[in-house]
Amino acid sequence: MFEAIDQIFVALKHWVVGQFPAAWQPLGSVFLSIIPILAVFPLLFAITTIVERKTLGRIQNRLGPNRVGPFGLLQPVADGLKSLTKEDIVPYAADQVVHFLAPIALIVPVLLAFSVLPVGRNMVPIDLDAGLLFFFAVGAGSELAVFMAGWSSRNKYSLLGAMRAIAQMVSYELPLILSSVTVVMLVGSLSTVKIVEAQGEAYGWLLKWHVFTPWGLAGFLLFMIAAAAESNRTPFDIPEGESEIIAGYLVEYSGFKFALFFLGEYLGLFAVSSLAITLFLGGWHAPFSFLEWIPSYLWFFGKLSAFIMLFIWLRGTLPRLRMDQLMNLAWKFMLPMCLINIVVAAMWHFTAHWQFVGAVLCRWLLCGAAIGVPYLWLGDALFGEKKLAKRTYRFAD
Amino acid sequence: MLPLHYYLIVSAALFAIGLAGALTRRNAIIALIGIELMLNAANLNFIAFWRYGSRPEALTGVMFVIFSIGVAAAEAAVGLALIIAIYRHYKTTNLDEIDSLKG
Amino acid sequence: MVTTFVILTIVTLVSAIAAMSLRNLVHCALCLVLTFAGLAAFYLQLNAQFVGFAQILVYVGAVAILIVFAMLLTRNVDSTRQAILSPSWGVGIVGALLVFGAIVLSILCSTMVHRPALSETQVTVLAIGEQLMTNYVLPLEVIALLLTAAMIGAVIIALHEPTSESSAVQNPRLEPSVPSVPNPAQVPRTDHP
Repeated sequence: MFEAIDQIFVALKHWVVGQFPAAWQPLGSVFLSIIPILAVFPLLFAITTIVERKTLGRIQNRLGPNRVGPFGLLQPVADGLKSLTKEDIVPYAADQVVHFLAPIALIVPVLLAFSVLPVGRNMVPIDLDAGLLFFFAVGAGSELAVFMAGWSSRNKYSLLGAMRAIAQMVSYELPLILSSVTVVMLVGSLSTVKIVEAQGEAYGWLLKWHVFTPWGLAGFLLFMIAAAAESNRTPFDIPEGESEIIAGYLVEYSGFKFALFFLGEYLGLFAVSSLAITLFLGGWHAPFSFLEWIPSYLWFFGKLSAFIMLFIWLRGTLPRLRMDQLMNLAWKFMLPMCLINIVVAAMWHFTAHWQFVGAVLCRWLLCGAAIGVPYLWLGDALFGEKKLAKRTYRFAD
Repeated sequence: MLPLHYYLIVSAALFAIGLAGALTRRNAIIALIGIELMLNAANLNFIAFWRYGSRPEALTGVMFVIFSIGVAAAEAAVGLALIIAIYRHYKTTNLDEIDSLKG
Repeated sequence: MVTTFVILTIVTLVSAIAAMSLRNLVHCALCLVLTFAGLAAFYLQLNAQFVGFAQILVYVGAVAILIVFAMLLTRNVDSTRQAILSPSWGVGIVGALLVFGAIVLSILCSTMVHRPALSETQVTVLAIGEQLMTNYVLPLEVIALLLTAAMIGAVIIALHEPTSESSAVQNPRLEPSVPSVPNPAQVPRTDHP
């Protein structure tokens, strides 16, 4: 019974593909894998925009959009219609072709990235042997799209924003990849499906999610910081900082192209959050073995919603970083911590055969010390001198 | 499967394009791009020969290309750093004007 | 199979020619990205999945970005006025055509043209990893050393030279020299590169 509900979408797809003539079945199967991606994630984007505006409104002690539909819930529809009907302005001096291609070059790689993410049991569009590498490879394409947008607009704010964005994305791609390397080391595969499967076994009632190990916890935190920076979310949103360079590389975009950029950015956030779930939070597995009866896709999308809420919360809470703070954090703190974390993951692997009483506690203490001591030392060395004090204003008093 | 020489001819054409660019363009960055293209043409040859070779399970071609990509990345980084340093000095990236050895 | 090959060939070669011949440097770089992507598709067609993705990750994600950054940092003040080809461009073109002719001739004359492709081998990432850690561990270490050295070298080469005010007293050798041929056209433009 529960199994049938869990596999309902897979069974539905098999049934629909079976209705096609035999020659068309492979093509039909491909289309039925693509269409859900194109339907579900943009819909999630529409829901996220309204939830984000509502939540930010509550955080800032105001109501948020409440005019269109009941409680303002139809606001995304109105926004979509507005961006579709708005005039598409292309600057006179802009490089027309590149300016047109940039939003497409952003949205296509992001959608491609979803094709290796398992959203449920047996629910992955393609199970590539090098799936994780594929994800990062297509992610590299979006950096170029940002550059195309910024350069082709012929606007100094656009170009500055694009340079900032690329510098940030290149710097944070390193911690992002290095923190997922630990998972690849311990699982022994780059396939996202295998990584999720490896987290399915249970100790007693607790599942073996990677985040329940010292290296997994550290890797997860590092991955999430890098993910926030990769998707240009606060506190790492200086490429688009409205108060400094108006909107960065988006300045000269209007109408539907702007909406595409917006969509691409949110889809990128969903993709990288989904990857975090896949790598560290057990993918579509339940945390406890007695909860496995809840359908796998509900677990996945539940975790994804939690991530989206976390990012909205961060956006409402944290101030923006400065450019030098951003680079210092990436190169002097995140990168060494990621390298240390790889060593810690190896320690965890090589102490796996310890059998005596309290072995797990011993391993935790050992690995926790190996990651915690450098953390404290590095944090003290980098940020220790700057004691918090009452701020003095030189000119305002 | 297509015959092997299709891939080899594509690779030769790519090599010739890269060579022509590296020899004729005045801009140092474009010349570097030409060199990258020639390197990539060689990589395509390695993969094609590996795929059509007698022992594909030995992975020789794949390994060579992986190392070659690594070397190319290092080459691009150092080459572009050199171009930027030269630009600071001479205020140009035109290869024909950078012709003095006196520094 | 043949259709895919023809499309990939056209995309790769046309974008390579464009990358070598366009006047606007950034357009050249964007066409170069298309060439790299086409090559990655060739690798995928030849069952070298790992290499194809690594090609995209390294070339599109890193090398192309580096090239674009270098182009923006070295904007050419005279790019629209002067010829883009060097004076001896004819020799270069003829030389490249000769090389192409020689390679094609030798390919067509060799016996390996008739070599058949072997069975469909799917190379797994696991096999590549095992080979890297056993047979090829020394090259792997060397390449790691090379990349570190290249990174340090690139940073040192591209470091800012001290400006004339700060360095003129201590070290006159490091003063940035003036261009050898003073040229009124070399005043930096204020508009977009």
